[in-house]
Amino acid sequence: MPARLSELSDEYNVTQDTFSSLLLDPEIPCPKGLVSPSGKADAKRFSVYRNNVVVGLTGALADIFPAIQRLLGEEAFMSLARLFVADNPPTSPLMFKYGAGFAEFLEAFEPLANYPYLGDVARIERLWLDCFHEADAPPLALDALAAFPPENLGDIVFEKHPAVRLFSSQFAAVSIFSANRQSAAMDGIDPAAGEDCLISRPDAQVDVRQIPQAATLFFQTLFDGHTLGEAANAASNLDAEFDISMAISTMLEAGIFSSCKINNEDLGETGQ
Amino acid sequence: MSKKIVGASALAGAVAMALSGATLVASTTGASAAKEKCYGVSLAGKNDCAAGPGTSCAGTSTVDYQGNAWKSVEAGTCVSMAVPGDRKGSLEPLTRDLPA
Repeated sequence: MPARLSELSDEYNVTQDTFSSLLLDPEIPCPKGLVSPSGKADAKRFSVYRNNVVVGLTGALADIFPAIQRLLGEEAFMSLARLFVADNPPTSPLMFKYGAGFAEFLEAFEPLANYPYLGDVARIERLWLDCFHEADAPPLALDALAAFPPENLGDIVFEKHPAVRLFSSQFAAVSIFSANRQSAAMDGIDPAAGEDCLISRPDAQVDVRQIPQAATLFFQTLFDGHTLGEAANAASNLDAEFDISMAISTMLEAGIFSSCKINNEDLGETGQ
Repeated sequence: MSKKIVGASALAGAVAMALSGATLVASTTGASAAKEKCYGVSLAGKNDCAAGPGTSCAGTSTVDYQGNAWKSVEAGTCVSMAVPGDRKGSLEPLTRDLPA
């Protein structure tokens, strides 16, 4: 049984807010009025409870950010995690939502200034878990586009699948993420080479695919409700080498859309 | 304004090429369709009570709560990134809070 706020007299006034504010600061002694079932103050038990809170939160960070933990080493990661936890209590009772802001924390932590890619690796790990827990929906059938007459393909619009995210990094965060999720070596990765990725959840498993920059624009244009033709033009204008066929294969395999249709209403002159 | 550079026939060709590839993928993923959907279980038990082996909400023993809740993982592969040693002391404010 955790320490409980038992029959408090008004003079002690240990509210739930007070109690929770004490949990993350080990310097603060056990508050008056917080007693064990025997009715006595119980500083040891309060310490246990307080330690458990921090252990739970740092453990959640370790599970959400395994690549960061591998990069930093367990000891340094746990030290950093404790610092983060002290200033960032969870905002949701759902622990799998914890860790927003950890990327910014890593970037602002001065001893890690030589590793500026850590923040983006952490962002990908956070997005990975967002996709993992997103709502489910059947993805678009692989042959869905075959149902349309060729002359109408350019007018098709898509509905995004809930469990899909795009991310662009100015660093090689995708390669670094992948290497450290698989316990692989990082030989040959140039951290300064920017990378984009598409995160989705085909077959109930989260996939992180590195994609070209033009493909990011292609998918984002489709997510914004524009037609296949408009997206193909936008991406081809960004990169003349853009491989439309490859991007269409990727979007079908990755299951990033839940439905598609021919755009009847004119969505507006989006290219202008 | 972006200029139109992808014509309808080019798009149709790209879709056709993608579909021929996608068909291949469909036949291979079909074989592994027996996978179980197991959403939401990866972080089971990550609440502030069940922190790991040796811990519980029971509060029966103070010494049980330290040290043993950490997950054992592969050692860091990037030792040079470790926080400098002289900082470690101040980075672990909770160690002094543990019962003797």
